[in-house]
Amino acid sequence: MPNILVVEDSPTMRQLISFAMKRIPKANVIEATDGVDALKKLSSDNVINLILCDINMPVMDGLKLVSLVRGNPSYKDIPIIMVTTEGAEEDRKRALAIGANAYLPKPIQTQELIRLVNTYLAN
Amino acid sequence: MVDKELGYQNKAEEFIQMFKKGEEFTKEILKENEKLRFRIAQLEDSAERSGDEARTKLYEERIKLLEHEINSTKDKFARVEEENKDFAAKYIEVEEENNNLANLYVASYQLHSTLDFSEVLRIVVEIIINLVGAEKFAVILIDDKTNELLPVATEGIQPGDVPKVKIGEGIIGGVAKEGESYFAEDLSTSDFNPYSPVVCIPLKIKEHVIGAIAIYKLLTQKAGFTDVDYELCNLLAGHAATAIFSSRLYTQSERKLTTIQGFLDLLKDKPKR
Repeated sequence: MPNILVVEDSPTMRQLISFAMKRIPKANVIEATDGVDALKKLSSDNVINLILCDINMPVMDGLKLVSLVRGNPSYKDIPIIMVTTEGAEEDRKRALAIGANAYLPKPIQTQELIRLVNTYLAN
Repeated sequence: MVDKELGYQNKAEEFIQMFKKGEEFTKEILKENEKLRFRIAQLEDSAERSGDEARTKLYEERIKLLEHEINSTKDKFARVEEENKDFAAKYIEVEEENNNLANLYVASYQLHSTLDFSEVLRIVVEIIINLVGAEKFAVILIDDKTNELLPVATEGIQPGDVPKVKIGEGIIGGVAKEGESYFAEDLSTSDFNPYSPVVCIPLKIKEHVIGAIAIYKLLTQKAGFTDVDYELCNLLAGHAATAIFSSRLYTQSERKLTTIQGFLDLLKDKPKR
């Protein structure tokens, strides 16, 4: 059963993504409201198989979270998909350079999100 | 003696003549035989050839039939492929519709999850950013006392950037008056003009307009609106209007109730003279 960590400060967006993840067979969604909360969830007993992460968040933003995850040997191989309103090419490049696996600008196309999640879970 | 010899000679002659005739006859028979052989060979050859022709004809017919079958199968295959493409396109369409309905469900669920006015506004803002894909916009409500449209929430701009307009004035006032959505022809404009939103959707409960959502700029990656976006905007505006209206009423009544309660408490506590 894959555990998907959704890191997003907007409750609407969190619910929206969690709702979309119901289409992934047997997926279990764990929600986090910011980067710090995400790190707490990562260090809990749950084995996280994939992270869906926003960029603009209070307390700790998505880019900082990605660099910390990539720097930790325990989590460095977890695929990370950025889901963000930042649609500029330089933002995408920056996120990928830090270690994100994929970059999906908002408003999200649910099919595309599901396709990406399925691809990374299969790998 | 001589006669005898003559007789022998004659007989010998006769024999020779007979042999010669026999030879000629044999030769003739052989010739005839040869002719007959040749004829037989000819007949055999012609019979064989006529058999080949019949077979060839048969094969040709069979080939024609098979070619016809291949063509008809090809046609069928093309038709099925076309149908498959149609089905695939319809499947994608249904999937998209399904996803949009799911989004709408989540959005309306969130909108009606609270009666706190400021929280409802926050949810409206989140929805416009994340579902519609707007970068600069304002949620504007009609002030019943002044009949003016006042911004109650903004994103990407300051509330002071949005002008106060009367109902019927300009694009925003016109939308509030007519209750019809406005969509500019070119949604990709990057200039911020407070009087010219690219999209303006009335916040409407049935025919009663309570305000509008004015979008000045879409997110960079959002090139324009699809049919579904227009639909989504209108549906969301309806839900947002109900949520904003009811939460505002609730907040007002809560405030009034607190005032009345305080007043009653004051009356109860008033020392008797």
